[in-house]
Amino acid sequence: MSEPQEIILIEKNNLLGIVSDLFAEGYRLVQIGCTTLQSAYELNYSFDKEYHFKNLRFTVAPEEEIQSISVIYPNAFLYENEIHDLFGLTIKNITIDYQGKLYRTALKVPFSIENCPVPEPPKPKKETPPEPPESQKQNSADTKPQED
Amino acid sequence: MTKTVVKNLVKGPATLMYPKKKRFFTKITRGSVEIDIQKCIFCGICSKRCPTYAIVVTKVTKECKEWEIDRLKCCACNLCVEVCPKKCLSMTNQYTPPARDRTAGIHKQIFTGPEILTGKEEEHS
Amino acid sequence: MAHKNIIPFGPQHPVLPEPIHFDLVTEDEKIVDAIPSISYVHRGLERLVEKRDFIDFVHIADRICGLCSFMHCMGYCQAVEEVMGIQVPERALYLRSIWAELARIHSHIFWLGVSADAFGYESLFMQSLRLRELVLDIIEETTGGRVIFGSCKVGGVRRDIDSETLKGLVARLTNMKADLDELTSVFINDYSIQHRLVGVGFFSKEDAYTLGCVGPMARASGFALDMRTLGYAAYKFLEIEPVVEYGGDCYARCLVRIREIFQSMDLIRQAAGKISEGPIDVKVKGTPNGEYFSRVEQPRGEVIHYVKGNGSKFLQRFRVRVPTFTNIPGMIKVLKGSQVADVPNIILTLDPCISCTER
Repeated sequence: MSEPQEIILIEKNNLLGIVSDLFAEGYRLVQIGCTTLQSAYELNYSFDKEYHFKNLRFTVAPEEEIQSISVIYPNAFLYENEIHDLFGLTIKNITIDYQGKLYRTALKVPFSIENCPVPEPPKPKKETPPEPPESQKQNSADTKPQED
Repeated sequence: MTKTVVKNLVKGPATLMYPKKKRFFTKITRGSVEIDIQKCIFCGICSKRCPTYAIVVTKVTKECKEWEIDRLKCCACNLCVEVCPKKCLSMTNQYTPPARDRTAGIHKQIFTGPEILTGKEEEHS
Repeated sequence: MAHKNIIPFGPQHPVLPEPIHFDLVTEDEKIVDAIPSISYVHRGLERLVEKRDFIDFVHIADRICGLCSFMHCMGYCQAVEEVMGIQVPERALYLRSIWAELARIHSHIFWLGVSADAFGYESLFMQSLRLRELVLDIIEETTGGRVIFGSCKVGGVRRDIDSETLKGLVARLTNMKADLDELTSVFINDYSIQHRLVGVGFFSKEDAYTLGCVGPMARASGFALDMRTLGYAAYKFLEIEPVVEYGGDCYARCLVRIREIFQSMDLIRQAAGKISEGPIDVKVKGTPNGEYFSRVEQPRGEVIHYVKGNGSKFLQRFRVRVPTFTNIPGMIKVLKGSQVADVPNIILTLDPCISCTER
C-alpha cells in the first residue's frame, strides 16, 4: 500500500545543479511546497519519473534568497509565486514574476512565521493540549452580528 | 438522438413538480440536526468540534441551559451526531427550509428542568 | 504587424462557471500571450488544520471542492493513515474505490454538460445533467449526501454498502450505459461538435511532460499518467489501464473523459464482484507524528496531499497540490497561438476547478 518516497536533503546552493540533473534524466516537476518550521522554512521540491517519487528538501531562513528553478522547469513559476505570496520568501529570477500579486490576500504573507507561528510539539507522555481558545473566540465573534 | 427526442416528447417533464410533489429523501440523507433536549447533558462537545461553529451551548444558570444551532451555518457533516456522548442529537432527512434573513436559521432549545420550553420566537421572523 | 490588444477574460464570463481570470494579449484574432490570475476566492483552508484536530479535519478536506470531494477526503485520510501506520481493512478500501469512481463518473458527466453548454448545445447540457442525476441518486442512497460524500474517515469508511444495494447499484449503472452511449455518441459523431473541437488547442506530449500536466489533459496528449496504477485503495486488486488518446486537441480530451466514464463503470463492476465481507474501519489510536505525500487520481488529475504532524492532535501542515494548479502552465501554452473564439472551449476542455485551486 505504502508508496516508497525518497527524500533527499540538499544544500540550498546546490539546488539548481541537482534540479537540472533531474531535468536531464527526464523527471517531471510535481510540486513545490513550503512548510513553516520554528524559525525557518522548509522547501520540498517533488519530482516524479515513471511513478518514482523523489523529494528534494532544504531549509532557508526567512531573509534568505532562493534561486528560481523556473528557467529549467517552466511550470515552476506558479509554485514559486505562491510561496513568495503566502510565505514571504524572496525567490530570484522567476520567469513570470507576479511581484506579490498572485494572491490578493487581506493580510500580507498570511502563512509566514510571524503570522502563523508553528505550535510547539507536545511534550512526551503528557495530556494532549487543550482546545485552542480561538474556537471560542471566533464563535462569539461570529454569532454576535447575527443576533442584532 | 432521435430516440431521446421522442422519449422526451412522450414522457413529460423530467423534473419534479416541486411544491405539489415532494422529493423523496433516503433514510440516510443528511438533512438537519435535531436534539432531544431532555437527554442532553450540555457537555458542549458538539459546539467545540463543529467545523463551522454552528452550535452554541450555554449554561445560563444551573437550571437554565441553552442549546442553539444556526442551521444556515450548519454543513450537515454529521460530526456532532457522532461525537455526542448521550446520543441525544440526531440527523433528520429533511433539509432546512429556505430563509429570507440570516437570523431565521437560528434554532434555540432551552432546558429548564424536566419540562421543555422551545423558544422559537426567532424562527420565521 | 497588427496592433496588440489586451482582452480581459473572466473572472465572470458566460461560459466560465468558476472565477479564473486571463489577460489575453491578442494580435487581431490571434492570442500571443495569456497571463492567468487566480485567488478570487482563496480560503486558506490549509491553515485551518492548526485549529481542528486531525480527525475532524476530514470534514473540511471533504469540502475543499464539490466535484472531487471524495478524492480530497480519501487523499487526506490516506496520508494520515500512512503517517500513523494504520492498516485499513480491505472492505473499506473497496468501498473507497467504488465511491471514488462514482465521483469520477458524476464529475465527468457534469463536465460533458458544461462543455456542451460552452459550445452552444443547451439541450445536450440538460441531457447530460439528467444522466448525472441518476449517479447523484446512487451517491445519496449510499452516503447520505448528494455531492459532499462525508463517508470517508481516518481508519476506514463511515458507512457500509450492503450487498443488495451494491448489486442494485451495478445494475443501475449498467442500465444507464445505454443512455450514456446515446449521449456520448453525440459528442463523438456530431459534425458541429467536431467542427468546434477537432484540431483546436493542440498540445504535444513533450509539452505535457515538461509543463507537468496531469490527468485527462496529459492522457489526451498520449502521456499515460494515471495515479490509480500506483495501487492505492483497492486499485491494486482491480485491472486498470490508463485511458490514452493521441490527438492532443480538445476533441481528444473530450474522448478521454468519455472513455473514462465507461472505464469507471467497469471498475465499479469489478470492485463489486471482488469485494469481500469484513470490518469497515479500525480504531484510531495515538496522534500523527511524521509526514507523507499521498498521491491520488482525481477526475482532473493527480492531487497531492502533504501531511505533517508533530505528535499533537493538531497537524502542523497540510498542503494540497491540486491538478488545476499544475495544469495552468499548460493552459497558457495551449492558449498561445489559438483564436479568441476558441478560448472558452480550450479553457473548458482543461476542466479548471478553481475551488480546488483556491483551497
